Amino acid sequence: MSAATFINIQNLSVGYTSQSGEIIRVLRNVSLSINRGESIGLVGESGSGKSTLALAALGFFKRGLRALEGDVEFDGIDMLALERDDLQAIRGGRLALIPQNSGQSLTPTLRIGLQVAEALRLHSQLNESDFEARVVELLTQVRLPEPATLLSRFPHELSGGQQQRVAVAMALAGEPDALLLDEPTTGLDVTTQAHILELLRDLASERNMAMLYVSHDLGAISRVCDRVAVMYAGEIVLKGSTKQVLLSPRHPYAHGLLSSIPRLTQTSLPLALDGRPPMPSETITGCAFADRCALADERCRSTPPTLKQLESGEKVRCFHPDRIDQLPVVNKTVTQKGNVSADHGGDALGLNQLAISYAKPSLWNQLFSNASMPPATVDNINILIRTGETLGLVGESGSGKSTILKAIAGLISPKTGHLVLNGEGRLTPKVENRSALHLRQIQMIFQNPDDSLNPRHNIAQILAQPLRLYFSLTGEELRQRSIELLERVRLGSHYLDRRPSQLSGGEKQRVAVARAFAAEPAIVLCDEVTSALDVSVQAAVLDLLNELKAQRGTTYIFVSHDLAVVKAISNRVAVLYQGRLCEIGPVEAVYSKPFHPYTDVLLGAVLEPDPNFMPKLSADDVVELSPPKTGCPFQRRCPRKLGKICDTDVPPGRIFDNGHQINCHIPETDL
Amino acid sequence: MSTAALTKNPAKRQRYVAVLLDMMNRPSGAIGLSLVLFHLCLAIISPVIVPYDFKLQDASLMLSQPSNAHWLGADHLGRDIFSRTMLGGREALLVTGIATPLAVLWGGFVGILFGLTGGRLDEILMRIVDAFLSLPWILKMLVLIVTFGTGLEVLIPTLAFFYGIPVIRIARAATHDVIARDFVWAAKARGHSRISIIWRELLPNVLDTLMVEGAMRWSWMLLAFSSLSFLGFGVSPPTPDWGLMISDARGYMSFAPWGVIGPVVALSSLIIGINLTADALAKALGIDRAQKAPM
Amino acid sequence: MLTMILRRIFLGLATISIVSLIIFAGVEILPGDACTQYLEQDQADVELLEKCRDDLNLNRPAHERYTEWALGALTGDLGMSVNGEAKISDLVGARFANSLLLAFFALLVGVPLAMLLGVITGLWRDRKPDIIFSTIAIFAMTIPEFVSATLLILVFSVWLGWLPGIVLTSAGSPISEFFPEILLPVIVLSLVMTAHVMRMVRSSVIEVMASDYVQMATLKGVPYWQMVFRHALPNALLPAINVVALTIAWLLGGVVVIEVVFNYPGLGRMMIDAISDRDLPVVQAIALIVASIYVCINLTADLMTMIANPKLRTMYLRK
Repeated sequence: MSAATFINIQNLSVGYTSQSGEIIRVLRNVSLSINRGESIGLVGESGSGKSTLALAALGFFKRGLRALEGDVEFDGIDMLALERDDLQAIRGGRLALIPQNSGQSLTPTLRIGLQVAEALRLHSQLNESDFEARVVELLTQVRLPEPATLLSRFPHELSGGQQQRVAVAMALAGEPDALLLDEPTTGLDVTTQAHILELLRDLASERNMAMLYVSHDLGAISRVCDRVAVMYAGEIVLKGSTKQVLLSPRHPYAHGLLSSIPRLTQTSLPLALDGRPPMPSETITGCAFADRCALADERCRSTPPTLKQLESGEKVRCFHPDRIDQLPVVNKTVTQKGNVSADHGGDALGLNQLAISYAKPSLWNQLFSNASMPPATVDNINILIRTGETLGLVGESGSGKSTILKAIAGLISPKTGHLVLNGEGRLTPKVENRSALHLRQIQMIFQNPDDSLNPRHNIAQILAQPLRLYFSLTGEELRQRSIELLERVRLGSHYLDRRPSQLSGGEKQRVAVARAFAAEPAIVLCDEVTSALDVSVQAAVLDLLNELKAQRGTTYIFVSHDLAVVKAISNRVAVLYQGRLCEIGPVEAVYSKPFHPYTDVLLGAVLEPDPNFMPKLSADDVVELSPPKTGCPFQRRCPRKLGKICDTDVPPGRIFDNGHQINCHIPETDL
Repeated sequence: MSTAALTKNPAKRQRYVAVLLDMMNRPSGAIGLSLVLFHLCLAIISPVIVPYDFKLQDASLMLSQPSNAHWLGADHLGRDIFSRTMLGGREALLVTGIATPLAVLWGGFVGILFGLTGGRLDEILMRIVDAFLSLPWILKMLVLIVTFGTGLEVLIPTLAFFYGIPVIRIARAATHDVIARDFVWAAKARGHSRISIIWRELLPNVLDTLMVEGAMRWSWMLLAFSSLSFLGFGVSPPTPDWGLMISDARGYMSFAPWGVIGPVVALSSLIIGINLTADALAKALGIDRAQKAPM
Repeated sequence: MLTMILRRIFLGLATISIVSLIIFAGVEILPGDACTQYLEQDQADVELLEKCRDDLNLNRPAHERYTEWALGALTGDLGMSVNGEAKISDLVGARFANSLLLAFFALLVGVPLAMLLGVITGLWRDRKPDIIFSTIAIFAMTIPEFVSATLLILVFSVWLGWLPGIVLTSAGSPISEFFPEILLPVIVLSLVMTAHVMRMVRSSVIEVMASDYVQMATLKGVPYWQMVFRHALPNALLPAINVVALTIAWLLGGVVVIEVVFNYPGLGRMMIDAISDRDLPVVQAIALIVASIYVCINLTADLMTMIANPKLRTMYLRK
């Protein structure tokens, strides 16, 4: 143990007592030390215990959890033995937390100014009269616009990114020596996330703070951290420098995790990591990862490996760190997504002049208020989708991408414009009026399988719904077909009797995929289908979707906020901002020059899990609530805005090769 | 929902068995269920096992103290209080036992219907529901009872009608919660008929709320029923009824206080039993009951 | 904001108008009319019946009578009682004041106590104070008022002789004369209400104490009680406003039974008497008064929540 060690967690086990009286361990003998001024990333998938570990550094355990053994020291102070008063002095003072989802972590009834000032009152020597000036200073430091006016605002009046900045300011109020960050950018838009990360980086280096950065996002970690620890099933399985861990991971799990991340630099699908981590209540005899590991042998299953130091300096909990290079790196098992040429199969679906508006004036407003209607949520969308292709729709929250899907599914009626199916004729806007054939041909998969599978049904009932409706299957036939479908999504017949609550997130989403394919659809609408899943599971679902498409020639419309995911799965991509089309074209064309300024901003903000990668931030992370009334949708944030013309005129479509189109006032040659 | 529809499917049956087991594992559920079960059994077999005829008046026993022959003493007409207490819940259980499901059924039906329809019609209906709720229950009940009498054919529909009105609100809110969820959207996008969506997607999810609601309505209905009896607007003498018995015995409380003990304990234990059951049911189904206000 | 408040008031007025329609239509639909009801139906002397109908203008069309009744009610004129002897507004006045007195004291005792107990049981969830008070609350909440009233009378007036078990003061007496007779009714009334509000506050406190912002406050180093009072309670008690309002409304029904048990000269007992006497005009008047109070209380609660909750406040401000 070096003298510089600042936060020192030794052999910590955390657990709870189950209803049957058993002690269930959530963290198992974890040791982690952080030096002064050093930033460590803690990576792992949901349920790996990473947040529990970060909170334990503050001597805090969630209700029901407790430390079973081990020590937590902060600058030589035993955090587990401290009295409440002493803990309070350290928490938020020398050791501050920046929580996940600040929207819920700021007290809704207290003004921003008061909440930051409270931290000052608790942890600084300032006089009451200096608080206001100091709060404004802190808010300025976290780069919040017009900090003085924010003081009297309530948390809900701020955007997600602004709330997160307030949380950072609150943490800085106590002049901390160390920061604990619990998924601080999860759930934020890419541009916002990139800005917050840059802010944290700058703060850490300016103030020489130690940081423990907890995240499932290796891209974020690579931006901020010097060293990385990878957690799996309540244990640390790999520790090393960021470069070592991200570029040449020496643990099979870390290797698998990294290969499952879709990257902008790759064109193929990422490699899936099959299986799922053991639950904390399961007994583990050998290595916790053995069941999912391609290198596992008899010893791995019977003897738990210890954390060993390698010559190169990393610590690895694995018997075979030298055999990692035997593992596959890229996805070779599945057919690559085929290129779909224009003459391939004709048109699957046409969106003509589509405009959608949610605003519906209430009777009251019609009678008593003369406020004009806001501009349509989605406007002027013209896209022709070809049979057998995957069209990616990408954009930040509020870009109208899910709204367009709902309109195709017939769940919202467009204000103007229409849909053309198979190049034949108009598709009736309302789902109630569509023919049985049309209904069957378009199927939708939703973002969150927890919400899209009826919790009261078992899987057999869930799959029976479309099979009965479209094919009138019953009895043994129905059962056989359901089993077939389950097998096609790589689940077995024993899932039929289970309920959604008994399945993992990935399994649930597979059931949702099976349900959509039960209809033998021509077009499948995928609405953020992987964003509720862990990366390794995401890769598996993407892989599955691609395989099904290869078998059946299905057309996908794939909505996502994640540019790398869209790149991995799509043939063509459409970039949307505020419900208006910015750019559309083949995936290679959209992801390379020439760019629409917004595409450029988005791509610049993407974080790759690569320490050599630098994001470039060119536009402010402002959240706009509604599109501008006239002109270009991106006018208010555009770093390359030309002038008045952008405010008044709808940008013209600049056409390039292969149907690549950019809607912008900037001439073709300058884009 | 018929029980046949529920038990036809093994998965559903399993779930209700699990809920029942969960309830019995909680102290409140175990006590509550036993109390309710005890009262139900008593109501069924009491006519056979009572020691004395409930109508039998014996002037020599008037307001007599508890004794070996008459465990709870006798009332002002010299009738055996123990026998009358055993029989005193039958009318109440019969009336509320029929009126509760009726109330939940019609209130649930209307609530789901309007929850789905939405729009102006829904808005108007909610105002009418509000209007009905703004009148105290006792006034609504009494006006009808005074006009039409206190027979079962009046009490049951009256209770069912008025206690169904708050159910409309609950069912409507539950419907709104469920129809916002993606599995309903998914069914809609597949093109299922409205009926099929209501039956397969909506009902199973609203049913939990309605069951807890039913248990609570039951206890409040019993409360109303016995209050009416107490005020002299319910069961007509000489039929034994706890409310009526308490009301009768009250007049002699200064010198024969034991008269109120039997019916008070019986009535309280039944209502507490139902409430504990409702509490346990709500917890077993994952619904927070305490958030609900009494109506 | 102002339009929002006006809108709420408008909705409240709409509800009251619907109530008045229901009350009026209800009486119209019932077999017979105020006079046949009052004069014991068929046996009534035809002449008497006609005279009574003339007195009460029952021979005019229903919509005219409704308009007259409703307009009268707006100006405080609730019509005449069926025997034509007294103006209803005069009869109701003193009784109404008495009922308000009872409800006022019950609230004065019940609401703060309920809040306190709710917070205590919520903070000490599943520990001794919670188990004790929650169990008591279940009993207090479920036992019918007439039963608890009977038991309290048995204990405090029959056995101990500390408090009078019955109210002998007459309707118009000054408030001071109602003591100590009013104590037992107040206790019974507040018992049930306290239990309901306490349970609601408890679950609200538990929910808020498990929230992210309370955890954040703790991890920011905020001392426990400061965290409770500043971060948790304002959020936990906001929803209580509406529950208290609903409970008050419910109290209006419960007060009837209690007034009968204690022979208390309030609006509730007057209502029972009027129903027994089949004095429909009086019943109509009482129903309208009680319903209007209910609507007003709910309206006030809605407006208070709107003002106290910053989220709702800005939501309406933007609109």
